[in-house]
Amino acid sequence: MTDFMQLLLSGVATGAIYAMAALGFTLLWQAAGTINFAQGEFVMLPAFAMLIGMSMGLPLWASFIVAVALSILVLGAAFKKWIVDPMRGSGVVSVVVATLGLSIGLKSFVKASYSAEPHPFPSIFGDEVFKLAGVTISYSDVGALVFAGLMVVGLQAFLNKTITGRAMQAVAQNTFAAEALGINVKRMIFYTFAINAILVTVTALLITPTYLAKFDMGDNIGLKAFFAAIIGGFNNSRGALLGGILVGVLENLAGAYLTPAYKDGVALALFLTVILIKPDGLLGTPQERKV
Amino acid sequence: MSILSVHDIKKSYGAIQAVGGVSFEVEPGEILGVIGPNGSGKTTLFNSILGQIKPDTGRVEFEGKDISGGSPLELSRLGIGRTFQNLQVFGKLSLRDNLILAAQEHTGTFWGRMFAPPDNGLADRAQEMLDLFRLNHVADLPAGSLSYGQQKLVDIAMAFMPKPRLVLLDEPCAGVNPSLVDGLRELLVELNRKQGGSFVVIEHNMDFIMKLCHRVVCMVEGKVLAVGKPEEIQGNRAVLEAYLGN
Amino acid sequence: MKNVKLLSTQHMVFLGLALGALLLAPSMLKTYGLYLLSLWLVYVIAAMGLNLTVGYAGLKSLCHAGFMGVGAYTVAIMMKAGISFWIASPVAIVICFVLGLAIGFPALRVQLHYLGFATLGFNLLLVLFFRNEEWLTGGTFGIQNIKRPGFFGMTLESNTSFYFLVLAVTIVFGVLLALLLRSPWGRAFAALRDNPIRAESTGVNITAYTLMSFAIGAAYAGIAGALFAPLVNFIEPAPFGISNSLLFLMMVVIGGSGRFYGPVLGAAIALLLPEYLRFLKDWYLAVFGFTAVAMMIWLPGGLLSMKEAWQLSQAKRAAKQKQIAEAAASAGVKGAAA
Repeated sequence: MTDFMQLLLSGVATGAIYAMAALGFTLLWQAAGTINFAQGEFVMLPAFAMLIGMSMGLPLWASFIVAVALSILVLGAAFKKWIVDPMRGSGVVSVVVATLGLSIGLKSFVKASYSAEPHPFPSIFGDEVFKLAGVTISYSDVGALVFAGLMVVGLQAFLNKTITGRAMQAVAQNTFAAEALGINVKRMIFYTFAINAILVTVTALLITPTYLAKFDMGDNIGLKAFFAAIIGGFNNSRGALLGGILVGVLENLAGAYLTPAYKDGVALALFLTVILIKPDGLLGTPQERKV
Repeated sequence: MSILSVHDIKKSYGAIQAVGGVSFEVEPGEILGVIGPNGSGKTTLFNSILGQIKPDTGRVEFEGKDISGGSPLELSRLGIGRTFQNLQVFGKLSLRDNLILAAQEHTGTFWGRMFAPPDNGLADRAQEMLDLFRLNHVADLPAGSLSYGQQKLVDIAMAFMPKPRLVLLDEPCAGVNPSLVDGLRELLVELNRKQGGSFVVIEHNMDFIMKLCHRVVCMVEGKVLAVGKPEEIQGNRAVLEAYLGN
Repeated sequence: MKNVKLLSTQHMVFLGLALGALLLAPSMLKTYGLYLLSLWLVYVIAAMGLNLTVGYAGLKSLCHAGFMGVGAYTVAIMMKAGISFWIASPVAIVICFVLGLAIGFPALRVQLHYLGFATLGFNLLLVLFFRNEEWLTGGTFGIQNIKRPGFFGMTLESNTSFYFLVLAVTIVFGVLLALLLRSPWGRAFAALRDNPIRAESTGVNITAYTLMSFAIGAAYAGIAGALFAPLVNFIEPAPFGISNSLLFLMMVVIGGSGRFYGPVLGAAIALLLPEYLRFLKDWYLAVFGFTAVAMMIWLPGGLLSMKEAWQLSQAKRAAKQKQIAEAAASAGVKGAAA
């Protein structure tokens, strides 16, 4: 039982981290119709940015702040301006291929320019553990859960309660109507990219201690984020949270009780089950087929 | 026996009733027009017949067989063709290929077509349609590169390629240069005479409908207001009011 | 009976020259060069299959390397068990075909862009299988010393003879694909890509064609895998991972998806060019990836669409000039009338 509680807790913590990457992914899709196959690499880059920051003598928190700023600039503004904007109107397929190309390019770039080896990465919450009712709990799990939980809940509140957040949702639902209402659509879309940039940087901060900083770490994270987003419902931002936690918990439990070798296949199995039964995801709403 | 019979189709969207109990029959060889002001439920009716939306109640029969909710594939195989209001040609295929494609799945078997000659024996038929529609000079260009009016003609020609027994035409004149509308009408009349089959035409262009159709159904607010020969409909006071009042 | 010309003269000359060069290649290349050329042909076979799925039928498939792995492992395992290559490779092709059908089913259920993720996940699962089922696949150590087959008493052990086998298989399956694309099926695939909903209303059974494009594409990957194992003599999970699936997609897209020779060019760029640009090392893939991005922005039809893209821009320019000229002329007329 204590084992189970432990697995559950760390599963929820990992799941909350997946949920952040998934949430950013969903937001980009909603606001700009961009399916970002490079989302995993968008997590990997800030991890290396923080590593470089620390190797230059900055403490972790300071390099995190620098990484957030860089992310907004590069993964937010530059990505939008130089890749997404010029491809407007050229269809989902081209965007998919372009972001896949970006994924290959970024991976190889880091491999070539930095290193092909995995690098250890410190946890901001330290390595200590404590015991509660016989359950061993690590500070980093609790910290990740709380941090990720706050991010997701905070973002939900921002989207639902603030004027800017509501404007962003309006843009996501109907760009033309939003424009007619006088909403600055371009700026709202940029905000979405900026939020995604922040989300991936936080994801990097929380997940790299377990995954280690490696050029191809994004393969796994990206895939989990996609699956979490689709399981929860591609057009629903709360779905990303549900999907992330489901994936995190189930793969932890399956890894311990069924087979550790196929732990990474759990997300796929869950994804296939969900799309076969409910193609729009657990919390998604059906989309009309358009002629 | 009528080719198509529509029984008491009803469809509501929330509190709004789009179609409220429509019934009519289409006889073999007949060209039936469906008119009505915007929002009178023509498109909903059309989509219900074609299985694109599921009506709340009602039944659609094709040659006495219930086809309610049939997939586009099944309807096509049964011998029901349709045209589209907005352009729906295969832009990257040549015009000739568009035409052959429109009929190739109606002859032979799935596996047989893997080994069939490229045109599946339809080259002559395609040529016949090209001649009839006077599209010979652009036959080998990608359909997407043709003008709007030409693509509209291609769409119509595609619907007729497999010699369907029933064709539903969704606003064939929309977006077509007014000077070409008469030509289009003559074409449809010729097709009707040559290869038979019944047509159901939804159209806003009154002149076109009145000259083309054998019978006209006028819909208002989701119901059939009047059915009759074109001259009867033209003289019908209620129809005139429905249009003038709009 | 109309005399249908299969290929233009220009095309025939090009094919003749290419074939001549490929036949003469063994006498001019050293061992490594010949190995690379064989590997390139293997990749061309796989990429041709992917081109059918992606380029002609317009479906996203991101598990092509995984299918190739299934082909390679099937042949390696069966040959280790003493079964002839000539029995093992058809089995490999059939297994890949059936797997392709199985993967195609969710494709019918889900919206198109989900398919990318579903296939990506499937590839991940295959790699896990190759890595974990040591009893069958040898795990991370892989399977070593895979023999090259004989052919009617002749051994194909030498690099040159095996190269000719690969070349022959490439040509046979290339011609088969070309014939398939010329048949009514080819037109139905193209319709599926252009406008699936319209296709359905003309009687195209999109379910059947979707499944077939997937399964045939997978079978081609299986053929490539079946040749890959004896060519390299040694297989392990790495070459069949997600990154190579992405690379396959890039090959097709960069060469020109939906163009017959697209994958041939794409595979050369992804495989042969890096050998000449070795000094770039890992930078090559970085440049490759970023080039793909740039191409999607400026030349989405791939390298082979360059001519048409240029013609289109010329036509647009001409149309614009004509418009300006007409506007100027009509303004002149109005001016004169006033």
